[in-house]
Amino acid sequence: MHGSRLRKNLLTAMLLGPATAWLVVFLVLPFIAIAVFSVGERAPEGGYQAAFTFAQYANLPARATAFWNTMVLAPVGALACLLVAYPVAYYLALKAPQRWRLILLALVVIPFWTSLLMRTYAWMYVLGGRGIPALLAFVGIEDVRLINTPGAVLLGIVYGYLPLMILPIYVSLERLDRRLLEASADLGATPISTFLGVTLKLSLPGVMTGFSLVMILLLGEYLIPTLLGGGKVFFIGNALVDLFLQSRNWPFGSAIAITLVLVSVVVLIAANRISTRVSGARRVDLI
Amino acid sequence: MSKSYRDGLPISPENFVDQLMRLKRGSIGRRDFLGLTGLGIATAVMAREIGIMPTPAFAAENLGDRMSIATWPNYHDPATFENFKKDTGVAVEVNVFGSNEEMLAKLQAGASGWSLFVPTNYTISTYKKLGIIEPLEMAKLPNFDGSQEDPRFTSEGTIDAVTYAVPKNWGTTGFAVNTKKLTKPMTSWKEFWDTAMAEGDSRTMVHDYQLTTIGNALKYYGYSFNSLKPDELAKAEELLLKVKPHLFAVSSDYQPGMRAGDAWMTMCWTNDGAQLHRDIPEIAYVLGKEGGEIWTDFYAIPKDAPNKPAGYALLNYLMNPQVAVKEHLANGAPSTDARVNKVLPKEVLDNPILYPAADLLTPLEFGAAATLTDPGRAELMARFKSA
Repeated sequence: MHGSRLRKNLLTAMLLGPATAWLVVFLVLPFIAIAVFSVGERAPEGGYQAAFTFAQYANLPARATAFWNTMVLAPVGALACLLVAYPVAYYLALKAPQRWRLILLALVVIPFWTSLLMRTYAWMYVLGGRGIPALLAFVGIEDVRLINTPGAVLLGIVYGYLPLMILPIYVSLERLDRRLLEASADLGATPISTFLGVTLKLSLPGVMTGFSLVMILLLGEYLIPTLLGGGKVFFIGNALVDLFLQSRNWPFGSAIAITLVLVSVVVLIAANRISTRVSGARRVDLI
Repeated sequence: MSKSYRDGLPISPENFVDQLMRLKRGSIGRRDFLGLTGLGIATAVMAREIGIMPTPAFAAENLGDRMSIATWPNYHDPATFENFKKDTGVAVEVNVFGSNEEMLAKLQAGASGWSLFVPTNYTISTYKKLGIIEPLEMAKLPNFDGSQEDPRFTSEGTIDAVTYAVPKNWGTTGFAVNTKKLTKPMTSWKEFWDTAMAEGDSRTMVHDYQLTTIGNALKYYGYSFNSLKPDELAKAEELLLKVKPHLFAVSSDYQPGMRAGDAWMTMCWTNDGAQLHRDIPEIAYVLGKEGGEIWTDFYAIPKDAPNKPAGYALLNYLMNPQVAVKEHLANGAPSTDARVNKVLPKEVLDNPILYPAADLLTPLEFGAAATLTDPGRAELMARFKSA
């Protein structure tokens, strides 16, 4: 009996080993390095110089706008994704003919095979003066500007993150017990109240998973605002790029990065709590 | 007699049989055998790959088969690197950057992987101070001739009589205007900023680069491009914050926007101005009469360059006036090298974008090393961008 427990532990260690090593090398160690940087000082020519000070954290309000912009962008972007994704997932899981379902799902995933950078560049072309505006000029609508607008950024976000929202919602809808829908109808509920009271409620874990996935990734987003927004609005991602590459204030950049990680964790915990409360005992096991 | 498909083949069937019979008789030269079988080429390639046999052109050192250069957007004639590969077998990977600060950050972080890079004048002293740039062995650059260089442009490559960098070209920072969209003639930075808030509303671009964006805002008031004075910087910040909501973009990659017609006016470097004007004649290049920036870009080799022999070889290749002329014709920036200026066509030398009138050049300032590393200007730029 003792031996079998040992073997079980060994098996557990072997199975978890690769992922643990990966986490340690690529998450824990860099996190420690960044934490050490964040209490240091900027060297006179830029970079990092050893010290022990919390001055960088005291300086965080200097990037308050970047934090604020990100805190608005992340939920608004995730919400926009959700509004587009839910109907798609609903159709895929409950309405699409069985033989089409796999193909349609593949169509959702295929864009992921190309780098987001490439696809965002493609949007730059489509929205830029030689794309849609040129077509509009052809039919007589002159000087339309689509690129470098908030709308272009939102479009880019919805386009880039949609599959991450669709898939978890699809999964939770797909598991839905259809008999519950029948029962609801038998008990006299209208389709709308069935949807609100049964379908939507039971798919909430998927919604929360998708929402927090997209939101966490958006907290670090800088590519889409730079390319489709013209770099006019500063997000935390952009602040980090600037601090590490332009003004070369690594300690301040590190302090912001650490704060961003903490904010992400808070967001995750909040998402978890909300999801647990709304959908009863079912949890979104993200952390 | 009509040409046979056999003409021009490396070896004719008859010849092959002859050689084969000679081989059977045991009389064949090593060269013939290697040539016939293709083993010669294969060994030569292998030898070069693994470093046994030097390449003919650079017999002294093994160049490897690849190197990487860090440089600016739209900055080289792509044929240059292809020809270099043809001559030496070294493939050049080109990394494009938007600012000197980014290059500095990469080099500071270590293991950039570059064997050659293109820093601007005011950064070289900082690189030297940080010890991340190689003092050049001039003996490896026979194509460079210091006596043919104009010291006004090239002095910053040499510190304490040691040459750390040799010049690529010089240029200015002005602005490009689409004169079909913005018809009012402009001659000053004051007009640039005022137009950005009026007719050029939401069609104007400024660099994502504190040196030029803050520097040219300072010129609005006639202050020095390099000013570090808090009160002058505060005035520049006030102007930038006022202009911000009217901008099309904050980006150093402005050619796509200008070419597509989305942007009508942008801060612009000489070479981009020349390229835009060459391809789209209604795009004009303007130097602010208040002054602004003049610059020289250099070539330098990082201390941790993974392939220094190839770095030197490419640098020497680029210093060949015949190669440099083609670079200048493609890139559009003027040369510091009298040998190159002698060969450049007249229409290039007469192009006022490349060689502006003296009264426009005189007030221009070279960027200063302190301007690059000043934390105050970096924070100002961040406040401008986050506003």
